[in-house]
Amino acid sequence: MSPREKVQIMDQEGIRRALTRIAHEILEKNAGTKDLVLIGIRRRGVPLASRLSEKIKEIEGTSIPLGILDITLYRDDLSQLDYHPQVRKTEVPFSITDKKVVMVDDVLYTGRTVRAAMDALMDLGRPKLIQLAVLIDRGHRELPIRADFVGKNVPTSRKEVIQVSLLEIDGEDKVTIVEKDT
Amino acid sequence: MNYLLKEGIVVDPVSNSAKKLDILIEGSKITAVAENLDCRGLEVLHLKGCYIFPGFVDMHCHLREPGEELKETILTGTRAAVKGGFTAVACMGNTKPPADSSSVITLIKEKARQASFPVYPVGCATKEMAGNEPAEIGDLVEAGAVAISDDGNSIMNGEVLRRVMEYGKMFDIPIISHCEDTNLSGNGVMNEGFYSTLLGLQGIPNAAEEVHVARDLILAGLTGARLHIAHVSTAGSVALIREAKKRGIRVTAEVTPHHLCLTDEAVKSFDTNTKVKPPLRSKEDQEALYEGLRDGTIDAIATDHAPHRRDEKETEYNVAPFGISGLETAVPLVWEHLVESKLLSPVELAQKMAWNPARILGLPERLIEVGAEANITVIDPSLQQPVNVGEFVSLGKNSPFDGWVLRGWPVMTIVSGEIKYSRQLQNI
Amino acid sequence: MKFKRKDVLGLEELTAEEITLILDTAEPMKEIMSRDIKKVPTLRGRSVITLFYEPSTRTRSSFELAAKYLGADTSSIAIATSSVQKGESLRDTARTLEAMAADVIIIRHSAAGAPHLLARWVKARVINAGDGAHEHPTQALLDMFTIREKKGGFKGLKVAILGDITHSRVARSNIWGLTKMGAEVRVVGPATLIPPEIERLGVKAYYDWEEGLKDVDVINVLRIQLERQKKGLFPSIREYTKLYGLDQQKLQVAKPDVLVLHPGPVNRGIEISPDVQDGPHAVINEQVTNGVAVRMALLYLLMAGGEKDELSA
Repeated sequence: MSPREKVQIMDQEGIRRALTRIAHEILEKNAGTKDLVLIGIRRRGVPLASRLSEKIKEIEGTSIPLGILDITLYRDDLSQLDYHPQVRKTEVPFSITDKKVVMVDDVLYTGRTVRAAMDALMDLGRPKLIQLAVLIDRGHRELPIRADFVGKNVPTSRKEVIQVSLLEIDGEDKVTIVEKDT
Repeated sequence: MNYLLKEGIVVDPVSNSAKKLDILIEGSKITAVAENLDCRGLEVLHLKGCYIFPGFVDMHCHLREPGEELKETILTGTRAAVKGGFTAVACMGNTKPPADSSSVITLIKEKARQASFPVYPVGCATKEMAGNEPAEIGDLVEAGAVAISDDGNSIMNGEVLRRVMEYGKMFDIPIISHCEDTNLSGNGVMNEGFYSTLLGLQGIPNAAEEVHVARDLILAGLTGARLHIAHVSTAGSVALIREAKKRGIRVTAEVTPHHLCLTDEAVKSFDTNTKVKPPLRSKEDQEALYEGLRDGTIDAIATDHAPHRRDEKETEYNVAPFGISGLETAVPLVWEHLVESKLLSPVELAQKMAWNPARILGLPERLIEVGAEANITVIDPSLQQPVNVGEFVSLGKNSPFDGWVLRGWPVMTIVSGEIKYSRQLQNI
Repeated sequence: MKFKRKDVLGLEELTAEEITLILDTAEPMKEIMSRDIKKVPTLRGRSVITLFYEPSTRTRSSFELAAKYLGADTSSIAIATSSVQKGESLRDTARTLEAMAADVIIIRHSAAGAPHLLARWVKARVINAGDGAHEHPTQALLDMFTIREKKGGFKGLKVAILGDITHSRVARSNIWGLTKMGAEVRVVGPATLIPPEIERLGVKAYYDWEEGLKDVDVINVLRIQLERQKKGLFPSIREYTKLYGLDQQKLQVAKPDVLVLHPGPVNRGIEISPDVQDGPHAVINEQVTNGVAVRMALLYLLMAGGEKDELSA
């Protein structure tokens, strides 16, 4: 049953370059850092958001608020799971009302996580606008959702799994496509 | 009808023997007991491997009639007795109205006659079982009461009990005492000890029983009355009775199968069928009960059969009534837990369940000998099956033993020569 | 991790891992309570019924708010204890609730074991909100959450439970939970209010407050039921307060940073002196907040994820 590694599509350098580009795009699209906040979606959106904020600081010289969103309680599939996803803390120690919120996640797939994240955000306040940054967009959307900033578009089949490994969580930076054994 | 019981092991509680013998029954009497009796022309019942006991007597049960016929009637209760291997029962007088007058005793005797089973009523010791004034004990005895007791209503006033003992002594009947200091037991629902602490249920301390055992023994010494202590449950009670017997006090005692087979740990399930008075006690108390049975301190095993309606028991532990429906499980419980484990021999079982109860109550002797009334209990030690309360004949399904797999079930019960129950014939 | 229980009836049956999971889950729940919009959609469309046979405004409100913060619908049934013996039986009430398709039933009852019976009779999940003097698992969990938050953990912590142990479900659940997590638990109170063989539960019993409270990290003060005095379990309120009421003097023998808990409601000036109750060691109000968080965690763990049928009781 263990998934078999298929192909590596990004290495450490590739991830670094993609994030640098996204950081520039965010600044360009929002005309600087005014009212800008970054929210990482647990789990791998969190280190990605943190890296983006570092890069933005390098570029602009200003720190922007960084928050963490746990969307477990907003998932639409809780009653269908046969395990309990561990609920973790949402840490947004600032008001998001009238802010330009950039949500950050590792992979955009069906769109359901993003839908849950937007619901969660709305319960925290009324942002001026919400944008979405992802490292990988693999397609197969089930909801009318799109990303504003994409590291890499990767066409996949539904049988495949995108595995994002990040230094902070997994000890190394890489993105691979894995095929589920059937 | 004449018939022959062939090749069973006949247990004799007096000569201390258990031998393979044939028994000829003619009419209501035993007419021959010997090896290899000639069986030509007779109906023969083969009982190879079974034990044949003098008929068991349950000296403590509740038949609920008159008054609480939804719990049990004399008909259903005596049928349960027969199926449970008993050839006679003594029923307690806490009916509604209580058996404090000869008319209630007469009614019970009449209902028993209709059920064609020997029921020996126990009359009340005091009027309305209120513990204030002695009942008309002479009249009760004349109507057929074999003992007197206020059963669950412990007589709290020592002076009243003294007069009951003195007066009752004239009729040579035992005073059966349910020993419970109701101030000490209070609203308790289970044994006081580790498990009551664990469960947060109010406990009944051993002392609630022992204080009254001690008092009753002293009063028996004072009055010279015959005292019978019902359902002994604590180590302290056993020690007190043992010591009193040594001193020559006229005291006998009984224990129930449930106190022999369960401890207060069973209450952990919150199964209200474990709620009984006296409460199920600790392991240490249970060991003392075994020892009391072995050394003769405890004379008898009695069921304290206390049937209740299902809905009465299907409720909160605090609210449920006390009692276990015990007639149909007593014999296999005792066999499995005491005889199979060598705590009691078959001969001792005959003493505890037949000879002694009959002797204490002054009933006809329980013996298997020529000329004796044919009252017989047959047990198959190899028959192993689970208890199934759904098959109880008793209206009371309140048993904590449902599902227990037991050996040593009664397979035939003969009352005055008549086969009242036979597992093969299932004529019940 | 999977929380495999149908019901939460007591801490006796929970493992240290399960207790940790509940406390861990309560942390993000507490964050939700600090928001302006205290509501998440997790249990939308689920129904929670509180069935209280004893009057209790705080525990019931705590459960109802917990359910509402998670998006569930709640309904409450209050039955006077006095009518238990005459009114509808618990068995029949269980049938009624079953017919109403409740998802969770939260029951408080004066009889120990009542939630256990209910849990056997209904398909709904059952949470014990206090049964007689038996268990009060959510109170102990919120006490433990508070202790963990303030002290960082339980290993080697000395916790004294002070007061009427015999009649206290809070004491029993705390004993189960704390000993499982590695704390050293003592019970302190008069001999008439400490039940027999309590030490078999792995605690030490003290009649003398000075010995019992010496060097403890936490004191959990129990509410004294004033009617116990009428039953002769202690001679007077005055003497009880003198011997076991927690005041500044008694507090001195404990650790300097001792934490003082009380399940509430407090008999002011009886089991705890006003200056201690309002002083820096007491965390009584935080306990109330944590109570909602812990109950949210339990509701989440019981209801989110898993089909009922595959769960063992």
